[in-house]
Amino acid sequence: MTDQTTQQTPLLEVRDLKMHFPVREGIFMRAARFNRAVDGVSFSIAPGETLGLVGESGCGKSTLGRCITRLYKPSAGQILFQGQDISQLSARQLKPLRRDIQMIFQDPMESLNSRHTVGDILEEPLLVQKIGTGAQRRQRVAQLLDLVGLPARSVTRYPFEFSGGQRQRIGIARSIALNPKLIVCDEPVSALDVSIQSQILNLLIDLQQELKLSYLFIAHDLAVVKHTSDRIAIMYLGKIVETGPGQSIYQNPQHPYTQSLISAIPVPDPHRRSQRVVLTGDVPSPINPPSGCSFHTRCPRATPLCSEQTPLLMAHEGSDPGVLAACHHIGVANPR
Amino acid sequence: MSNTMSSASSILQLNNLVTEFDTDEGRVRAVDGVSFSLNAGETLGIVGESGCGKSVTAQSIMRLLPQPMGQIVSGEILFQGLDLAKLPLEKMREIRGAKIGMVFQEPMTALNPVHTIGRQLAEVLLLHKKISKQQALQQAIEMLDKVGIPSPDIRMGEFPHQLSGGMRQRVVIAMALACQPQLLIADEPTTALDVTIQAQILELIRDLQRDMGMAVILITHDLGVIAETSKNVVVMYAGKVAEAGTAYDIFDRPSHPYTQGLLASIPRLDTAPKSRLAIIPGMVPGLLDLPKGCRFENRCPHRRDGCLVATPPMEHISDTHRLACYRWREINAAAGESLT
Repeated sequence: MTDQTTQQTPLLEVRDLKMHFPVREGIFMRAARFNRAVDGVSFSIAPGETLGLVGESGCGKSTLGRCITRLYKPSAGQILFQGQDISQLSARQLKPLRRDIQMIFQDPMESLNSRHTVGDILEEPLLVQKIGTGAQRRQRVAQLLDLVGLPARSVTRYPFEFSGGQRQRIGIARSIALNPKLIVCDEPVSALDVSIQSQILNLLIDLQQELKLSYLFIAHDLAVVKHTSDRIAIMYLGKIVETGPGQSIYQNPQHPYTQSLISAIPVPDPHRRSQRVVLTGDVPSPINPPSGCSFHTRCPRATPLCSEQTPLLMAHEGSDPGVLAACHHIGVANPR
Repeated sequence: MSNTMSSASSILQLNNLVTEFDTDEGRVRAVDGVSFSLNAGETLGIVGESGCGKSVTAQSIMRLLPQPMGQIVSGEILFQGLDLAKLPLEKMREIRGAKIGMVFQEPMTALNPVHTIGRQLAEVLLLHKKISKQQALQQAIEMLDKVGIPSPDIRMGEFPHQLSGGMRQRVVIAMALACQPQLLIADEPTTALDVTIQAQILELIRDLQRDMGMAVILITHDLGVIAETSKNVVVMYAGKVAEAGTAYDIFDRPSHPYTQGLLASIPRLDTAPKSRLAIIPGMVPGLLDLPKGCRFENRCPHRRDGCLVATPPMEHISDTHRLACYRWREINAAAGESLT
């Protein structure tokens, strides 16, 4: 996959993207400090590819997703979609682009208007983009319901009449209504029960193959991301610390944070009660991130160098092809 | 069966617990004939999806059912031989917090936002122990230290919102364990937390369990957490026990079609990317319109007409392993053949 991505023009290329939110304090509400939610992130997604974005709460993965769908206007950096920089476009300029980039949210109850019928919800993107006649739009809605496995009679029902899994199907149907090229999936299954989760994951994978979609798949569950993604990027405090093919990230993780993240996942096998690398402490605040490598405060390999110099995301000797990691001590004998 | 399960070391035993709720649409049976037993010092995992009755089971044991809607209708909850189901509430208050501690999913709801951490912790101690306020505060600091909170004396004066999610859950655990209970009931204790913090909390519960010799009931939907922590496992579905056994019984030899479906449907780190996951079709039936026969009937790949007639009885596969399915023998025989 990575070989292909270097040859093909990427569908999406993000260069040194930053999203700094002002933290307003004091009586004058001056922005004296900034929350560096996304702090210099670069990656690309090829047509038909899934990039999985993993990280713990507060690492900036959702903010990154919202920058790419341009729900936020990033502070700096470029978002090249099919070669065009969309990072600073105005709302009017963005409108045609909305057809191509869509989003699926975590909680379908919050992202679906509870006063609209499913038919209204699915027709709205078509209305906004002024697509088709009334009859054509109704036909498209029926087709969408069929694609996501909901009965045709759902058209006249309201979101609350559906279960969590079915509501997520409605959210997915809405996101594919305009034949997008890229869908940002922000924790699409984390609110669902285990037996429903696999139904939705299968649906997303089927739709991708059928409609040639690219996904940016954001989740905190590494097993889910590994299952759905061609490549994975691990985020920590606003930065990507490691990226590469899913198999390599799982079997041969290079960055100490990735290693501890993988070892922290409880495995459903009582024979493998794991030898955990339990990290101490909490994730530091992105308002006041540690100097140098932002992981050094929790890292078992940290040396004085780590608090002075920020490591670059780069290829290292001995790691799998396509794997980039940002750490000063890769290839150095592991202290553990 | 329940008689054979009771032994000298059993600390908690549920016999045919039935809990019902009054709702606007009628009376529903959220827990329907649940039985299990737990030995001192051991961990029992209860696993199931939303609405399966796992949390109501915990609330029944603690006698914390929402009032006046929730009611224990029948059955026994024997805690050290005492039937909690019939205990007067004032007696129950002496047990709650002192002999049975509890930890819930969202630590913010278990903590009072307008009181300091120290005050809340000391309150538990003062309520159950005959000690002075000074001693209570001292013990509270020790407890915070034990659950791994850095500079506990400073944290004592802070409010819940000043702590991170992981730290708050540690405070809740400190409160639950302050009086050294013999049983800890943890209802989704790590669901709201990140994986690295989850690992810390699970490790903490395990260490404290070893030090204090308490038994733990761990309620979760996460099969990984169950496999990592529990000696015995109860799988619940729509208010009933579908299958129960040791962790090895459940994960190595799952025999109920529901357990088999659950285990097959979770993506694992070693499955091929973008391969089709096994699914359990449909969804959990509502408690108001439960099927007459087996509750899993409408989603079960092994269903026969016989399954629709009456609820399957609990049967034992081995001393430790039991399940409620009419067809487990055929299913297991077929699985055995396909293996060889």
